[in-house]
Amino acid sequence: MNSSYAVPAVALVVVATVLVGAFGLRISRTTSDFYVASRTVGPRLNAAAISGEYLSAASFLGIAGLVLVQGPDMLWYPVGYTAGYLVLLLFVAAPLRRSGAYTLPDFAEARLASHAVRRLAGAFVVGVGWLYLLPQLQGAGLTLTVLTGAPDSLGGLIVAVVVVATVAAGGMRSITFVQAFQYWLKLTALLVPALFLVLAWQSDGAPRQAFEEPATFREQRAVRVDDTLDLKLDHPLTLTVNGTVDGRRYDAVKLQLPTGTHHIERGTRLTFAKGATVPVADRGTNGGMSTSLAASREERPLYATYGLILATFLGTMGLPHVVVRFYTSPHGVAARRTTVAVLGLIGAFYLLPPVYGALGRLYTPELTLTGDADAAVLLLPDRMIGGVGGDLLGALVAGGAFAAFLSTASGLTMAVAGVLTQDVLPSRGVRHFRLGTVLAMVVPLAASVLVGGLPVADAVGLAFAVSASSFCPLLVLGIWWTRLTPPGAAAGMLVGGGSAFVAVAATMAGFPGTGSLHALLAWPALWSVPLGFLTMVLVSLATPGRVPTGTAAILARFHLPEELRAEVKA
Amino acid sequence: MSGFLAGLCVAVLPLLAAGFWLGRRTARHESLGGLGTPVEHATFQTLHTASLAAPPLRAGLTEETARRSARRLRTLLGTDALCLTDQKQVLAWDGIGDHHRAEIMERLAGPLETGRGEAFRLTCYAPDCPLRWAVVAPLTVDDRVHGALVACAPRESAVLVRAAGEVARWVSVQLELADLDQSRTRLIEAEIKALRAQISPHFIFNSLAVIASFVRTDPERARELLLEFADFTRYSFRRHGDFTTLADELHAIDHYLALVRARFGERLSVTLQIAPEVLPVALPFLCLQPLVENAVKHGLEGKAASAAGKSRISITAQDAGAEALVVIEDDGTGMDPDLLRRILAGEVSPSGGIGLSNVDDRLRQVYGDDYGLVIETAVGAGMKITARLPKYQPGVHSASRPSEE
Repeated sequence: MNSSYAVPAVALVVVATVLVGAFGLRISRTTSDFYVASRTVGPRLNAAAISGEYLSAASFLGIAGLVLVQGPDMLWYPVGYTAGYLVLLLFVAAPLRRSGAYTLPDFAEARLASHAVRRLAGAFVVGVGWLYLLPQLQGAGLTLTVLTGAPDSLGGLIVAVVVVATVAAGGMRSITFVQAFQYWLKLTALLVPALFLVLAWQSDGAPRQAFEEPATFREQRAVRVDDTLDLKLDHPLTLTVNGTVDGRRYDAVKLQLPTGTHHIERGTRLTFAKGATVPVADRGTNGGMSTSLAASREERPLYATYGLILATFLGTMGLPHVVVRFYTSPHGVAARRTTVAVLGLIGAFYLLPPVYGALGRLYTPELTLTGDADAAVLLLPDRMIGGVGGDLLGALVAGGAFAAFLSTASGLTMAVAGVLTQDVLPSRGVRHFRLGTVLAMVVPLAASVLVGGLPVADAVGLAFAVSASSFCPLLVLGIWWTRLTPPGAAAGMLVGGGSAFVAVAATMAGFPGTGSLHALLAWPALWSVPLGFLTMVLVSLATPGRVPTGTAAILARFHLPEELRAEVKA
Repeated sequence: MSGFLAGLCVAVLPLLAAGFWLGRRTARHESLGGLGTPVEHATFQTLHTASLAAPPLRAGLTEETARRSARRLRTLLGTDALCLTDQKQVLAWDGIGDHHRAEIMERLAGPLETGRGEAFRLTCYAPDCPLRWAVVAPLTVDDRVHGALVACAPRESAVLVRAAGEVARWVSVQLELADLDQSRTRLIEAEIKALRAQISPHFIFNSLAVIASFVRTDPERARELLLEFADFTRYSFRRHGDFTTLADELHAIDHYLALVRARFGERLSVTLQIAPEVLPVALPFLCLQPLVENAVKHGLEGKAASAAGKSRISITAQDAGAEALVVIEDDGTGMDPDLLRRILAGEVSPSGGIGLSNVDDRLRQVYGDDYGLVIETAVGAGMKITARLPKYQPGVHSASRPSEE
């Protein structure tokens, strides 16, 4: 792919982000705009900011990649990511805002008046934040590799450095404007190329066999296998091989592989003829984790789907960077309106990635072999349109992808750094916030260099699972149940979130189990969320003496509209 | 393989954290064990138990605090049962023999009246109940009896009477401290109320004079200013809630500045830089307006002589993680740092400057001593006041109305 446009586009996005962050403050010099400058953020601006922060690499690249590899089943991802806000709207948004909490630990303290529970919630915020940052950095690495052929970890490093530099230097002085800007940038970066791509698809005769099994190559295509893999063939396949297949070395030899499994060494070039079916890669044998989730999904499709739905529906409310943004709403009603607007904005956005996924299945089916399916969004403009136009559109998409990494990563870093400075590092202050920023970024950066290769949407799904099993019970029960006690909340978070965390760690470590056990570990939400709720309820019921004093007053404050409260006090 | 390694790291991290936490937990207790002779050790143990019982009692005598301290106190006295009462009922009963509650309250009427301790025999029909004697020691604060500490034992013992008396006296001291805490809080609350009503009389006088000067020449302007004045006073006098939001406080400052500008015209220029995400931050009512008033006064003081001298004031509110950073800066006469230090310490009361030290006191009271005002100034070099406001603080809730969008 031609990088002469893409690199400047990425650089432009980075510079624009920094500039908006540094100078986007409301400044008033005359009498008249004093009022404007001190006006609180309206629901629409805040909704754009929340959406901008929320739409991460998983949304921008990951969903299209998953749809490409696994077909329309994966549409549950965008549905889940969006529907999470519906749950948030119904149960959490307004009471959370009225609680006055800035972060989740704040909420735990406001509701339960317990420092221990606050600490625990802080630990989980950091854990979820790190889990969520990991795929952002990986996605950045992938994008840069696809664009310029740079080493895998460079993109992640760039994002990490840019985010830490701007956040730590106090450059994100106006994160609301930055994030709102990023949302519209991301929407444009997907929408405009999508229009052109659909036009190109139309002029191509509008082929419709996108989801027919199996996918076929529409033209002669050479594929370089970067990671050793096993090909499962249902039919004999004719192709040209330049490299090692089944332990034998070929040099540009045309051969027919019989039905069965074939072992392809890394570095092999396979050239498929036009109309050839795309073989299915079976990567489960090489110890990587990229296919472990997919494998269990194939084995237990219903269970995996429900696990995904539960995790995304209930996990959104526990994402540290999302919760923090609700503080910007001036009151509970505005928080609710904001959530409705967010539903609209991200709903509109999520219409686009599946289009890329479907087109990718038609025009870049070989990505299923190379394991870089997440790159489909980046490659499509060049593949379908080509020329300068394709390059420009590709540059636009690349810029949008970097906006996605930057916005989510900076939001997460700020949230995690805030918790680290407040609850972990010994004393507070601006300098410690900088230290916290560095700490918040270094851990996932190191992990992304170590791990590598988990599909971004899957990795994000794991973060959602942990969040759903720890914070969802805390928030929902904390807001709606009077008998919640600090020991109950702590036990529920530890058991639900802890077990989900262990399952995630086992999955990431490539736990060799197969079948049911593996599916259980790869999609923990379906058992860990009920487990978290159950533990929280049972332990709370077992410790009735520990219900915090003033619970009734606190819940009244959560649920009463602000006007009423003011009148009651007056 | 690298995936496996990384996963291992992920799995080991929480274990490490748990180990670290456990280590810290246990280390604290271990440190008691290795010290000195058995007598010294016993002394440490006693002091340690006493210190553990103190924190709950410092919040006053309620059912919750009594329950949490009763267990420690019973360990201290080494009796089978211990109960804490107030004037009317048993607040907490620790140990066996819960069925004596009613009886004890009956027998307490005397000691609670006189404030003198006594020991009496319990009548009990339960055959397996070992409690036969109760020792009563009243809890007094400022010579008024607040409640009693009752220790129950199988037999009469002079040692127990003596010990119960001592423990009761110690508990009384804690309760007196709690009382002191309360009166300190009340004092601060009274101070907040005092400051709230205290928009400076000069300001009212000057504003009305300015408005009067416009009534003939520019009635429309006069009407606007009168409305600004009304808005500002309504905000200052409002009664609900001790806290407000940064947005509301800035609006009040806007009204205030409009009146000041009417008086000084072009000589005063104000720049405002606000990060919109910190506007919902809750903060003590009227704690920035005095700072702005101070800046206006200092800014214009030195330049009164030359009418052309302009004064610049800038107000910035930044987002800094879990805190908001509010900076108010003027380029006026400044102040001698030593004098300022004495003002803030309350040693001298300056002519018009109750503002600064009161705001400082209130911020420290609400957010803790780390959050006092930071003031950078020198004579002739202007003044820069920085206030750090945490976005969330337990107990700080603004009572803002969602009337404006």
